[in-house]
Amino acid sequence: MASSGLELLWVSLPQLGKGALQTLSISFLSIAFSTLGGVLYGVLRNLPSKWLNAVLRVYLELFRAIPVLVWLYLLFFGFPIFFGISIPSFTCAVLVLSLWGASEVGEVVRGALHSLPRGQREAGLSIGLSGPQLFIYVLLPQALKRMTPPTINVYTRIIKTSSLAVLIGVVDVIKVGQQIIERTYESVLIYGALFLFFFFICYPLSAASRVLERRWTQA
Amino acid sequence: MSALIEFRGFNKLFGEQQVLDQVDLRVESGEVIVILGPSGCGKSTLLRCLNGLEVAHSGSLTFNGRELLDKGTDWRDVRQQIGMVFQSYHLFPHMSVLDNILLGPLKVQKRERREARQQAEALLARVGLLDKRDAFPRQLSGGQQQRIAIVRSLCMNPQVMLFDEVTAALDPEMVKEVLQVIQGLARDGMTLLIVTHEMAFARAVADRVVFMDAGRIVEQNPPEIFFTNPQTARAQQFLEKFSFVETLPKKAPEKELERL
Repeated sequence: MASSGLELLWVSLPQLGKGALQTLSISFLSIAFSTLGGVLYGVLRNLPSKWLNAVLRVYLELFRAIPVLVWLYLLFFGFPIFFGISIPSFTCAVLVLSLWGASEVGEVVRGALHSLPRGQREAGLSIGLSGPQLFIYVLLPQALKRMTPPTINVYTRIIKTSSLAVLIGVVDVIKVGQQIIERTYESVLIYGALFLFFFFICYPLSAASRVLERRWTQA
Repeated sequence: MSALIEFRGFNKLFGEQQVLDQVDLRVESGEVIVILGPSGCGKSTLLRCLNGLEVAHSGSLTFNGRELLDKGTDWRDVRQQIGMVFQSYHLFPHMSVLDNILLGPLKVQKRERREARQQAEALLARVGLLDKRDAFPRQLSGGQQQRIAIVRSLCMNPQVMLFDEVTAALDPEMVKEVLQVIQGLARDGMTLLIVTHEMAFARAVADRVVFMDAGRIVEQNPPEIFFTNPQTARAQQFLEKFSFVETLPKKAPEKELERL
């Protein structure tokens, strides 16, 4: 049993690897876009414009209140029906996860910027810095410490949530696993392998976030 | 001669509350103005309006003959010419002393690094902190941080410096080192507007004392007149409160024990 199990894993490896690549591509693209979008969101939320803040609040609440899965279905099945545009499942997954991730990272960035003493902003302005310079040189570098640990936690959630992409037809590592199980009935073995796969990607991230949090709260 | 800075009929409201009420103030180039008054009288707000950190309600404010309350005012340009130092220093904690000082000259004024650095080091030497150029703000005492904050403003080569209660957050023994720096600037003929509660310092450094109460300028006089013979009852009251501590009788511990 043991040797046949290992053998099965060994022969499935190329297939699982392909699926893993899909999972990782979706995750890392989504993480990259979430970070860019989140920083932009956090900065914009710290500007005094009421109008802009209202629009961004609506965006935030939409992604907080509606499950990611519903968003996936809405884009994947709804867009062809309502707008006649069909979005490939991979693109659709990255798009939804990025928009959702950006709202999560964005709230972290907004909070971190908001928690900085007001005097930092005033001191920056008083030497003639422009708005963008103020954020780039003074505010964001200081907020970075406060926002990195919670942002890493959002990253691990994006990686785990990427598994929902199976439901709109992305052949990711989970889908490949299911296909193998259908053929071989080795569910414990395959799901065990999937468990290890996600664990070894997400655990180092959350460990890093804990270490950074501890180190930076001491300083 | 036209004034360097001139407030005319200047008003500022926070919601319903009028914090500056018809303020008229002329400041000539090279003058040292000390603004005194009770807490909440609007003296800090007056400085902050001059730096564009607060927006005026109505009236007129000119700097070098230019109206600052116009919509098209380039505050970034004005702020390079009117430096401001705050009560709690507000150094940038993630930067070394030298980077704190050079941020404005390099990024705002686009000056050459070597030239700006030379000036920064000369200024640091002047305030006695050249050896701290690579330190971070958290490694410095309050008095040292405040002197760095002054250098950060000076390195922009402003025409005017605003000091907003710059010694109020300092331990008594560090007040002196900061006041000496300001006194040096006054001697060099720089235009200074100083909000402070240090009466003796005000007397020593001011060309003119401006006394404010409830958003209005109540009295403006040279320090000798203001401190020895204040013209208004409100100013007299204010000065009495400050002399209260000095004129207290010495404590007599024996008597208190008897009463017990």
